[in-house]
Amino acid sequence: MPDLLFQLAIILVKIVALTFCVVLPLVPISVYFERRFCAVIQDRVGPNRTGIPLTLLGFKKDFHFFGLIQPMADGVKLFLKEDFTPNYVRKAFYWLAPALTVAPALITVCVVPFGSPITLFGHKENLVIADLDVGPLFVFAVSSLTVYGITLAGWSSNSKYPLIGGVRSTAQMISYEIALGLSIIPVLLYFGELNLGKIVQHQADHGWLLLPLWQNGSLGLPDLQTALFWIPAVIAFLIFTISIFAETNRMPFDLPECETELVGGYHTEYSSMKFALFFMGEYAAMVIGSALIVTLFLGGWSLGFGLDKYIADFHIGGFHFGGLIHLGIFIAKLIAFILFFILVRWTVPRFRYDQLMKLGWVIFFEAALINVFLAALIIAAPELTAAIIGIGAVLLIAVTAAIIWVAKVSEEHPKPLRA
Amino acid sequence: MPSYLFWLFSTIMLIGGAAVVAFRNPVSSALSVVTCFIGLAGLFIGLSAFFVGIIQILVYSGAVMVLFLFIIMLLDLKDEQKRAKGFAPLAAGIGLAIAFVVQLIGVLSRTPNKVAPPLDAQSLAAAAGNFVPGTKIAAALKDGRLPDVHLIGHTLFTQYNLPFQILGVLLLVATVGVVVLSKKQAE
Repeated sequence: MPDLLFQLAIILVKIVALTFCVVLPLVPISVYFERRFCAVIQDRVGPNRTGIPLTLLGFKKDFHFFGLIQPMADGVKLFLKEDFTPNYVRKAFYWLAPALTVAPALITVCVVPFGSPITLFGHKENLVIADLDVGPLFVFAVSSLTVYGITLAGWSSNSKYPLIGGVRSTAQMISYEIALGLSIIPVLLYFGELNLGKIVQHQADHGWLLLPLWQNGSLGLPDLQTALFWIPAVIAFLIFTISIFAETNRMPFDLPECETELVGGYHTEYSSMKFALFFMGEYAAMVIGSALIVTLFLGGWSLGFGLDKYIADFHIGGFHFGGLIHLGIFIAKLIAFILFFILVRWTVPRFRYDQLMKLGWVIFFEAALINVFLAALIIAAPELTAAIIGIGAVLLIAVTAAIIWVAKVSEEHPKPLRA
Repeated sequence: MPSYLFWLFSTIMLIGGAAVVAFRNPVSSALSVVTCFIGLAGLFIGLSAFFVGIIQILVYSGAVMVLFLFIIMLLDLKDEQKRAKGFAPLAAGIGLAIAFVVQLIGVLSRTPNKVAPPLDAQSLAAAAGNFVPGTKIAAALKDGRLPDVHLIGHTLFTQYNLPFQILGVLLLVATVGVVVLSKKQAE
């Protein structure tokens, strides 16, 4: 039996491998993708030159890796810049804030399942750092601490634009946390489970939440209940994805750092590596958000179509390496979703702040609540009589209509505020 | 829970608690409360109450204290940073603390010194008999895992269903009340 030291070593290896060798490199890679992809959208070329300058040594051509070294060059540039601390900032908080934005994003990595278990020398190991039974809640709890970093950055800079940016960000994040939490309740009801690893395993066996087209390894149409549940699942997916955009302060919701109004937002007074930490925090949050969406809705590490059993069986001797293939699939999905994030950023214009708040509180909050009831009705339907289902459906429609009516009425005559 | 983890988290908590009082800057005090809450969450998690610990962070550190911090920053309190004046507030604070300690000692002295049952596979499997076989709770208990989220849900919706619903209505009333009050002020 593995003793305590051995287990500790495995945990350390997992932390180093998954956090620092898988997730952290995704941050510069997504920066690179961001620059290249936005260049494509804007009909430009983007950074494609950074590489080994062979012409300096007398060769005919430079050796460029399609600009893949660009993020490294950016990093070196940020490291070497002057780290300037303005006078009149509140020093302790000013130094604490960047760390508080990056650390939570990296801590949440620990509950994300990266692949199916790997077996080596007869020892089975899950590809997740901490196999917690409260996975999504842990992610929400720890990432809600990111707010402190941004708020403190805004306040400690002792300057008005950062303060406004910090205040905006806090209000935005707290508002969208509600929609975020409510929107995944149908998903959790469906799986009856808060363990992300088991949620993915369930999806590998019974079809992804948004693609329920196989059952126990054989393709086929889903039964009526699963088919009906697809509707709340899609609503939950939309609300969750858009709320993640707002939570990570990404375009079209990047009002906390809206240049036209706030200079640079909460990190206006920061320079060099401290600024880079905010930058990293934003991208790390994006990576984790995408990981969570992929895990909950798009089958996590599973390839789907009933093929996961065969992949998990791949082995050379006693080394079952199917988990590594699953890790690759997971990262491919993750990068695809990050590209989607980037696509949205460069195509959708920025919201106005009142529109943002309205979207969160008036539309998403209510839609998520109704969605919870709809999902509950569909899940409970097999155990209810037809009359009760009918009453439930009628009530649900009535409540939905009432809410839409209230939202419309409250919108019609905005009274001017009198001071 | 290994005892060194208990000492670590309770030390964090106590330092956080003491720092709330010791700091003159209200923002530092608010952040100390957050530290204190995180230590408390660590203690809960050490007692295998994962859900309670996580909710402690999610609700108190992640939402309530952020709003506190927010208000403190916007008020920009300058008076609070000066040295405390007078003996009366200090005496009242110490008096309150002593009163609470006396109460705590009273409660603890009446509680029988029971040892918590071990959460090993055997006792968990034995507890599985209390639940309907085939349910998620029974299955998890048989596996030797503690399904704390499922157990909390089960307890809430079977033993405390009515109080739970009433609490929900109370929160709704509070929400409606806040909206009404804020609308009134705007007009």
